[in-house]
Amino acid sequence: MDLRPLRDAPSPEERDAIDAALGAPAAPPTPLALGAAEALRPQLLSALHAAQSRVGWVSRGALGYIAERLHMPPAEAYGVASFYALFSLTPRAERVAHVCDDVACKARGADALAAALEAALGPAGESTQGIGWHRSPCLGLCDRAPGVLVQCAGATPLEAALGEARPDVVLEALRRREVPAEPPTVIHQPREGLRLLQRVGVADPTQLDAYRAHGGFLALRRALTLGPAAVVRELSDSKLAGRGGAAFPTARKWQAVAAQPARPHYVVCNADESEPGTFKDRVLLEDDPFAVIEAVAIAAFAVGAEEGIVYLRAEYPRAYTRLTEAIAQCEARGYLGDNVLGRGVRLRVRVARGAGAYICGEETALLNSLEGKRGEPRSKPPFPVEVGYLGKPTAMNNVETLVAVLEILREGGEAFARRGTPQSTGTKLFCLSGHIARPGVYEVPFGTKLSALVALAGGVTAGRRVGAVLLGGAAGVFIGPDELDLALSLEDARAAGATLGSGVVMVLDDTTPLLPYLRRMAAFFRDESCGQCVPCRVGTVRVEELLSRVARKKPLDSWAAETERLEALAQTMCDASICGLGQTATSALSSALARFEILPKDEPSP
Amino acid sequence: MVLWGSNAREAHPIFFHHVLKAIRRGAKLVVVDPRRTASAAWADTWLSVKIGADIALANAMAHTLIAEGLYDKAFVEAACEGFEALKAHLAGYSPEAMAPVCGVDAETIRQVARRYAQADRAMICWTLGITEHHNAVDNVLSLINLGLLTGHVGRWGSGLNPLRGQNNVQGGGDMGALPHKLPGFQDVEDPVVRARYEALWGASIPAKKGMTLTEMFEAMGVGALKGLYVLGENPAQSEADGGHAQARLKKLDFMVVQDIVFTKTAEMADVVLPARAAWCESEGTVTNSERRVQRVRRALTGPEGARDDLEILGALAARLGHPLGPLTAEALWDEMRTHSPMHHGMSYARLEAEGGLQWPCPDDAHPGTPFLHGRLWERPLRSPRARLSITHDAPPVEALTPEYPWRLTTGRRLDAYNTGVQTGPLRSPLWRETTVDMHPDDAAGAGFADRTPVTVRSRRGAVVAPVRYDPSLPRGVVFMTFHDPDAVDTNTLTIDVTDPRSGTAEFKAAAVAIAALSHSDAAE
Amino acid sequence: MRLEDAPPRRRITLTVDDREVTVAEGSTLLDALKQLAVDTPTLCWAENLTPVNVCRVCVVELEGARTLVPSCSRKAEAGMKIRTDSERVRTSRRTVLELLASTVDTSAAASLQAFSARYGADPQRYGAQGAPHGPRDAARPGHHAVTSGAEAEGVAQPVKVDNDLYVRDYAKCILCFKCVEACGTDAQATFAIAVAGRGFEARISTEFDVALPESACVYCGNCVGVCPTGALMFTQEHSLRAEGQWRPEAQHETDTVCPYCGVGCVLRLHVQDDTIVKVSSPVESTVTHGNLCVKGRFGFGHVVKLRRNKREAVG
Ligand SMILES: Cc1cc2nc3c(=O)[nH]c(=O)nc-3n(C[C@H](O)[C@H](O)[C@H](O)COP(=O)(O)O)c2cc1C
Ligand code: SF4
Ligand code: SF4
Ligand code: SF4
Ligand code: FES
Ligand code: FES
Repeated sequence: MDLRPLRDAPSPEERDAIDAALGAPAAPPTPLALGAAEALRPQLLSALHAAQSRVGWVSRGALGYIAERLHMPPAEAYGVASFYALFSLTPRAERVAHVCDDVACKARGADALAAALEAALGPAGESTQGIGWHRSPCLGLCDRAPGVLVQCAGATPLEAALGEARPDVVLEALRRREVPAEPPTVIHQPREGLRLLQRVGVADPTQLDAYRAHGGFLALRRALTLGPAAVVRELSDSKLAGRGGAAFPTARKWQAVAAQPARPHYVVCNADESEPGTFKDRVLLEDDPFAVIEAVAIAAFAVGAEEGIVYLRAEYPRAYTRLTEAIAQCEARGYLGDNVLGRGVRLRVRVARGAGAYICGEETALLNSLEGKRGEPRSKPPFPVEVGYLGKPTAMNNVETLVAVLEILREGGEAFARRGTPQSTGTKLFCLSGHIARPGVYEVPFGTKLSALVALAGGVTAGRRVGAVLLGGAAGVFIGPDELDLALSLEDARAAGATLGSGVVMVLDDTTPLLPYLRRMAAFFRDESCGQCVPCRVGTVRVEELLSRVARKKPLDSWAAETERLEALAQTMCDASICGLGQTATSALSSALARFEILPKDEPSP
Repeated sequence: MVLWGSNAREAHPIFFHHVLKAIRRGAKLVVVDPRRTASAAWADTWLSVKIGADIALANAMAHTLIAEGLYDKAFVEAACEGFEALKAHLAGYSPEAMAPVCGVDAETIRQVARRYAQADRAMICWTLGITEHHNAVDNVLSLINLGLLTGHVGRWGSGLNPLRGQNNVQGGGDMGALPHKLPGFQDVEDPVVRARYEALWGASIPAKKGMTLTEMFEAMGVGALKGLYVLGENPAQSEADGGHAQARLKKLDFMVVQDIVFTKTAEMADVVLPARAAWCESEGTVTNSERRVQRVRRALTGPEGARDDLEILGALAARLGHPLGPLTAEALWDEMRTHSPMHHGMSYARLEAEGGLQWPCPDDAHPGTPFLHGRLWERPLRSPRARLSITHDAPPVEALTPEYPWRLTTGRRLDAYNTGVQTGPLRSPLWRETTVDMHPDDAAGAGFADRTPVTVRSRRGAVVAPVRYDPSLPRGVVFMTFHDPDAVDTNTLTIDVTDPRSGTAEFKAAAVAIAALSHSDAAE
Repeated sequence: MRLEDAPPRRRITLTVDDREVTVAEGSTLLDALKQLAVDTPTLCWAENLTPVNVCRVCVVELEGARTLVPSCSRKAEAGMKIRTDSERVRTSRRTVLELLASTVDTSAAASLQAFSARYGADPQRYGAQGAPHGPRDAARPGHHAVTSGAEAEGVAQPVKVDNDLYVRDYAKCILCFKCVEACGTDAQATFAIAVAGRGFEARISTEFDVALPESACVYCGNCVGVCPTGALMFTQEHSLRAEGQWRPEAQHETDTVCPYCGVGCVLRLHVQDDTIVKVSSPVESTVTHGNLCVKGRFGFGHVVKLRRNKREAVG
């Protein structure tokens, strides 16, 4: 391609960091044909991470050098880099705290934390002696709210999560480039009956042998013995439905990929978990990484793929370390590689990191991101099972879905299906957060009553009563205190006009006004919209503006007209948006409006 | 797809869009060019052939095709002639023997030959890189050999294509604006054809072919040609060895220039006839590189006093005693196509309705012909066989010497065109002054920093321009454009040795010396 | 004679507003609608570009689908039942048009204005258009300042004038992606511009918003050729509009052939007062598919001007 490079040169540090990520350059650089150039593109995000974590931002010189190394147009590289919230294209403090001010943290002191940091460091986004802070959407630390992600750039960069963050601890961490060790995950429910969480807090997540000692790799062995078709059959018997939000039957997805003639096939594990209030996948990834890897390997085997990719949100540094180290151990011990378990099967797993974009959890946006592009959802059909990663058939599943596969292979599909309800089989992880006594991940069979789950987590904090529950995440629904009798199954939720989504159960007590939460969610969708389609790109802004007017009690015209406006917006966003983000962005709001008095009433005209 | 001596990305940008589409669909691109041009940057394979060694490379490829049995035996047997002679001739052109001559290693030559032969469809396109040499015709013939040997001719998606440099080079030829042709490429020396046109025009036509442009200039030089009528050309600046050309023009007794702008040549003329711009102030047709005849139309009145070419010619004919009556472009076209079989079916109405037609289009129902030479695939062959030609590698006429050690080659840039008569005023933000482009190592070795002004001298003249470092150039080669002759008249350097058959000059290979600017040069 | 290897395509039948229509397999719903002469609004679709289906103004109702589907990109399938004028379709089309009009300056977007009139879209529905919060080219993804909601946040910003040939007025940009496609994968393959940023702050930009002369732009003007809103505009048109001298009703269009290289691109000359004020190329042309290079696109006015000057100089 005849590309025009950016003229600015990278600093030696930037160059070295980028070369370390991309490998030493072949000198002298010569143009590449289109196909060869495009094949380099998937490395873009990791190169950008390298530059950013070395000097704290992506400079012109760094971006230009990356574009040159990857034979891509600088404008496109800029377009991609500027899509992701964790890349800064203007100088940024070298050490920053990303402070979650999203819904679950808001319920537990995030606003006070932000105010304290503002007092100490100045407004968000500014840099004081190389130190700064930013607001952030949910960091997946809602069980230990308020959550903070600390990033310090340098030769040995530091990235670490900080739960139950206090301002002094955050400031100290930034000053000393050191974060206190995160305590291990606590399971607050009785251990018996735990299946997906059986090893969490029990087996050392950094040791392959500890994993083996707790039943690790039995499922992989069984799968290799059964053969791909039989694995899919077990899955079909289990009636497993996807846990990522859409509840699509996993067996059908795998079957479809396995049947595609185009090669190669790919498996992608969706570990982007960014739905506000969700952190269950993080617990699995951090505390049972070998299980995730084993499950990805089984999926790859079943659909005829040799490569599995875990797409991990960049806000999970601990999971990243655990996974990469676990993969290295698996390779060294023959659980991954060219001859898995001596059966002549070739399976590889690698981890790719996102860079701060909720939309990249949407499967097709995720694929684009993996390919080094902007995380814009693709138009469906065609679905990823036909046209997925690099245009090839791809099976994508949520972390929890995959880990459930291990259970299915261990006990058999039919046994698995006996748990839960007839239409929602197995157990489900729920993420309890907000005004709840013992926030955390809970595993219960489908069909468990919401009230029972809340009780399991110790009920509402400080003895208060439930005011509202956000079910399923920002893309979910608010339900009222009179609906706690709901049985948590796909079918019951559907019948109640609710959704279980990614398993969010965020509780707000009866003293908490809802409007600030609705506004935070509106801001979230506005921030996280990819910006492709008009209903979502502009609609999310207009919804937020409308809620600002509600907060100021100043309608544009009348509240009746505002209501109509909102209805038209909601209908159009649901009907005409490209992807699930726009389609569900008004879902929680609409459910709240239907159940609670949020909009003021017009004064009767005199 | 092979682009041979063509930087279509910059010289034929919209044609290159079609190439890019094919690349996106998986087509492979090979570019043969001494420079790593913008086109070469899109290629899977770039062959940096030495300047003037195209025949060596093509023949080595042909050698490979035959030696490895990759040629299309059935096609060659059924539709070609001269195979045995060619085979014998090529014995001396093995890739090993030619590698040092053409600068491409033997294995790469073989590989490209194989890929070309084995492709389902393959096309070779060339432009001035092939034709602006003293042995232009042989260059082209060696490429045609490749097409014939592999049967990549006469079929959809295959073929051999000269990319025309100017909007109506093809059309001019179609209409008989060649010294030896009447409209529709009918031979002027054929008495039957001539008689038909003489009857039609009521005038006699010289029985012998006329002179090529080069022959005319030679004739001017020796005083055999005394009067010249120049229509829409700027030979004072476009001819190789420009200084020489101007001297010859000055020798003429009488020169008429008919043009849309006041060119350098017009400055030298006795009479200047201001014309309307054919493309936007007149009606008519032009023919593009794919033989598509398209309408040009009058959108503007044109400057006061400028007249339509037809009107001028009509008035001139009348003054010369041959009143032609009122002339319209369409009536003339209809007359032309009545007598040119390949244009028969192309009425203005059809050209307009169908967005142009590709000749041959022999009748009103004929859809036009997207590719030529399909006849070679008729079995049994009902028309003459295609001839495989014997071509000889011959280095550029002007050898490099210690005195003139650099090889100068010239070319075009995206936003400029020929001598700049039309694009001159288009100062797009891409515009760059004319520079002496050299490989950085060469330039540094010669002691020139980037942007140093230097004198470039050939046996014919000298110009001054700054050096520009360009790593896309091969060592030993200097590249200059010729778009801005008023500032830097590159063509004073180029060599006026022409191919005896086509009359094109060797713009692409002069020997030059380069020196730091001396004070006397600067004073000029 | 034509593509010898193009297999004959299967024909499939579907129903549109209770009328049956048969199209070749691989056709889009829009193709089917065109065949039935159902006039469908489109903004981001163009005959010579790959559909990106982002504007959503062409949506139709597909029986059995949860959401509406974009007719410009959705492939027709046998047995589909389509509604093009249901209440749902009209609401979405109207709202989309209102959302756009609340955001950008639509003064030069003729088609958008026409669609708005047709669907009764009220550009003031979301209040008066307000300024964006801070310069859009410096926006950070995932962060924005919450506004009072008194005005509808828009994308107003200064016109980018950094070369003599065309201007970029992104206050008019609806982010239809067309220019990016024309500059990139679908025609020119120069990739001087891309979509940068995200969400409402998504925008068309060169790398780091550098001026065009510093970018890869080769001034083919193909982006201007496809822009449906006048956000990209040839300088000549821009100046004439500024002077109030742009008079489409006084213009005529003449197709001719580019006087430069041998590709033979069809030029459509837009002439006002006996002067060329703009050059385009018809998308139907098999030579150009609507695209031109810098010479064909901009090589004219200068010729005309030069001749005038020379004549003045000579005469
Ligand atoms: C806006 C949006 C965000 C999403 N985020 C996630 C996510 O973070 N993790 C996830 O597993 N699925 C997410 N999904 C769902 C995925 O698109 C996809 O359905 C899922 O990965 C399929 O896996 P499953 O079948 O195992 O559930 C998201 C969907 C949308 C529309
Ligand atoms: S709905 Fe929103 S997130 Fe999804 S494609 Fe459209 S703009 Fe992007
Ligand atoms: S500048 Fe024009 S073509 Fe480009 S995205 Fe904006 S409206 Fe579309
Ligand atoms: S527009 Fe460009 S490519 Fe087309 S004919 Fe003119 S000069 Fe050639
Ligand atoms: S970490 Fe703050 S809401 Fe989830
Ligand atoms: S025209 Fe179909 S989505 Fe824009």
